[in-house]
Amino acid sequence: MDDVFFVGLLSLALVKATPLALGAMCGLMCERSGVINIGIEGMMLIGAMMSFLGSVLFNDLTGGELPKTISLLVGLLVAMLSAGLIALLHARLSIHYKVDQIISGTVINLLAVGITNFTANAYIDPNHLAGVGVFPVLEIPILSKIPILGPIFFAHQPLVYVMLILVAVVQYALFNTPWGLRTRAVGEHPRAADTVGINVLRTRYINVTLGGVLAGMAGAFLVLQSVGRFQKLMTTGRGFIALAALIFGKWTSVGALASGLLFGFSEALGVRLQLGDVNELQALTLLSGIGIFLLGLVWLIAKLVRGKDDKRSLALVIGTPVVGAVMVASGLLSTFPKIEIPIQFLGLLPYILTILVLAGVVGRAIAPAAIGKAYEKQ
Amino acid sequence: MTPEALRVRGITKRFPGVVANDNIDFALAQGEIHALLGENGAGKTTLMNVVYGLYKPDEGQIFVKGDPVEIQGPKEALARGIGMVHQHFMLIPVMTVAENLMLGHEITTGLRLGPLAKVDRRRVSKEITDLASRYGLEVDPEAHVHQLSVGEQQRVEIVKALYRGAEVLILDEPTAVLTPQETEDLFAVMRSLIEQGKSIIFITHKLKEVLAIATRITVLRDGKVVGTTEPSKTTEAELARMMVGREVLLRVEKKPAQPGGQVLIVEDLQVMDARERTVVRGVSFSVRAGEVLGIAGVQGNGQAELVEALTGLTPVVAGKIRLMGREVTHARPRIFTETGAAHVPEDRHKHGLVLAYPVDENLILQTYYLAPFASGFNINPKAVDANARRLVREFDVRTPSIETPAGSLSGGNQQKVIVARELSREVHLLIANQPTRGLDVGSIEYIHHRIIEKRDEGVAVLLVSSELEEILNLSDRIAVMYGGEILAVIPAEQATAERVGLLMAGVRETPAELIPA
Repeated sequence: MDDVFFVGLLSLALVKATPLALGAMCGLMCERSGVINIGIEGMMLIGAMMSFLGSVLFNDLTGGELPKTISLLVGLLVAMLSAGLIALLHARLSIHYKVDQIISGTVINLLAVGITNFTANAYIDPNHLAGVGVFPVLEIPILSKIPILGPIFFAHQPLVYVMLILVAVVQYALFNTPWGLRTRAVGEHPRAADTVGINVLRTRYINVTLGGVLAGMAGAFLVLQSVGRFQKLMTTGRGFIALAALIFGKWTSVGALASGLLFGFSEALGVRLQLGDVNELQALTLLSGIGIFLLGLVWLIAKLVRGKDDKRSLALVIGTPVVGAVMVASGLLSTFPKIEIPIQFLGLLPYILTILVLAGVVGRAIAPAAIGKAYEKQ
Repeated sequence: MTPEALRVRGITKRFPGVVANDNIDFALAQGEIHALLGENGAGKTTLMNVVYGLYKPDEGQIFVKGDPVEIQGPKEALARGIGMVHQHFMLIPVMTVAENLMLGHEITTGLRLGPLAKVDRRRVSKEITDLASRYGLEVDPEAHVHQLSVGEQQRVEIVKALYRGAEVLILDEPTAVLTPQETEDLFAVMRSLIEQGKSIIFITHKLKEVLAIATRITVLRDGKVVGTTEPSKTTEAELARMMVGREVLLRVEKKPAQPGGQVLIVEDLQVMDARERTVVRGVSFSVRAGEVLGIAGVQGNGQAELVEALTGLTPVVAGKIRLMGREVTHARPRIFTETGAAHVPEDRHKHGLVLAYPVDENLILQTYYLAPFASGFNINPKAVDANARRLVREFDVRTPSIETPAGSLSGGNQQKVIVARELSREVHLLIANQPTRGLDVGSIEYIHHRIIEKRDEGVAVLLVSSELEEILNLSDRIAVMYGGEILAVIPAEQATAERVGLLMAGVRETPAELIPA
């Protein structure tokens, strides 16, 4: 239970949060413009497979003479393009043909499972395609040498940085640029947008397609920056967790990243505890203690800032951080019995967290008003 | 002759099954307020949507300042100086006024990144404030639209059109959503716009307003121009005849009331609204069989909550309600219905009808569980069908069939469905809340006629309306509500528009003038 443990855990959390944040931004682009996207999962899956095929085939084609990074970049590009194309299909179905957007998204998911499983069975497995490898870690000079923060934020593979930059750009652009204003207008009140000369359908097409490109990047991440090869159904519900992160983050990219980090953290914790070198009970007590302490702190600050409006009772607001602190203290001081928690349960953590967050903790998030409705010109 | 700002010639627009505009000629002179008058469905809004580029005309030509133009879309209409304020506001509630106004032609600053450049909020806000003050309009560019009142939102819409450089303003039914005071404010703004050289097309079906503000009046009926006239050369009665195509009785003919026993007695009633503020503060009155008690008042003075309490939709905080001698203060809505109360609600879409249901099912919403419509678990479709056919005929509901969803009927016919349903039961008390809001002259006449008919049959009628004229026209006694209280109850023969108007504004009368309820 030392620094290295925590730094490793947080660094891993950021890595695990990356595909979630990218996927959530895919959802953000779609849903802010009024198109529900439950097909993120499928788009990521297509992206994952195509990044693998793209990088491997390009590497073969060039006889392996070019540096591996070039092949990996080609794979990334292919993933983004193909997921963009699949998203274009979603756009075509739901915007042009006005298919119910939930059904269209389901179609995308089923289609992606079919395509990728078929390709894996018929081509990848029989030919024993091996991956080209993964992106190297890019340590940012100087910044990565900062103690604790350096290894957490500045010693990662490139897509993590790309994700962080995109989150900032999308957040800024959504509220401060013509693109952002128009996208939100189309998602809130498309008729109003139409009357001031904004092309509603085109805006939605562009956003959905660009969203798909981001989902492709999320899928490519799973291959090119993680395991290095394609496995059937390797997204394992991350697209849906990304959707949850989007809603939990109230349809903003910073919010999506924050909730992505929460989910990423629990996934990282699950992975880390599976190594079996730390006492699970102690770690869980300590970490949930920290979580409860921080939650109480946020409530306390909110109460102090907002004053009377805050309806939470004082006992709860003060009690929560106290309970958290006690848990942390007992986690540090007492010795815990070593018990075996089956690995499978630890792997469940992110999914349990998703359910809890969606069921209760998340406040009333207000979706864009025109979401889910096809726009019809009169 | 002043120059022409806009002219349309021979405009025809067909929709499947209807000719919405049939060879329409219409001209707007520079600096005039030209009223476009017509019933719902006469083609006013269609014509304006053609001018604004939202619809493509099948035939005809549009001229702007004498030049023939083709307007492909709103953007082009705006570029040619035509702005439109829609009946349902075209504002994004979650955005600020400034963001709404710049939407579609954003001004950016800093790096030239095209759609990803930074919008210049400060400059736009300043431009809006300057522009608005020039026309005597007050808007806060930083306010979020959803925080504004309806009147303020309308002002934002007008500023939006001006900000886009509109020379010609089309106002589509602008007064439908306004209180009398807000309407006066709007007229003042319209006059100031005219003084500064703008031209206005004012779409409405309210005769009084047309005569009060218009320079010229063009009347549409069934997609055709009936005629163009001027306020000084016409009367309300003549305009109504042009609109409807027959003589219309603007004043309801009625015999003196013959009040019987007390049907509804309300004692010291207190009701809270959804935000737990007391909005009905100790109201007492009674309604007798065979009379109309009108409750006058500007909207939002507790009338809505009062009606909800009187129909069992909202819990009563304190006080008593007795209906037909039965204590119903805390009863469920069904008890009210079964005791003989009928309710024509304020919002026919939200509370009056299930829009997705067909007409025949809407006609049995409160009685579906009773014979002959129900037998055991089953609905008896034959009885539902027969009931619908009879009522549609009796109440003259114009619907393609009784299977048509209520949502696709016109407003007047939707209201007729509600009235038919409510009055087809055995009724002792009729509560009608804004029964003619948004309806055209013909439908208003019909509904008024039905209300008086029920009164003469011995039904007690409680009429709630913010239309002063309607109250004066129909009521036998008038109660004025202000700030959740009833300020006075006046017999109709002693009520004048001025006296009731003052009470509606909250000016209390001296006790000597008060007549006990």
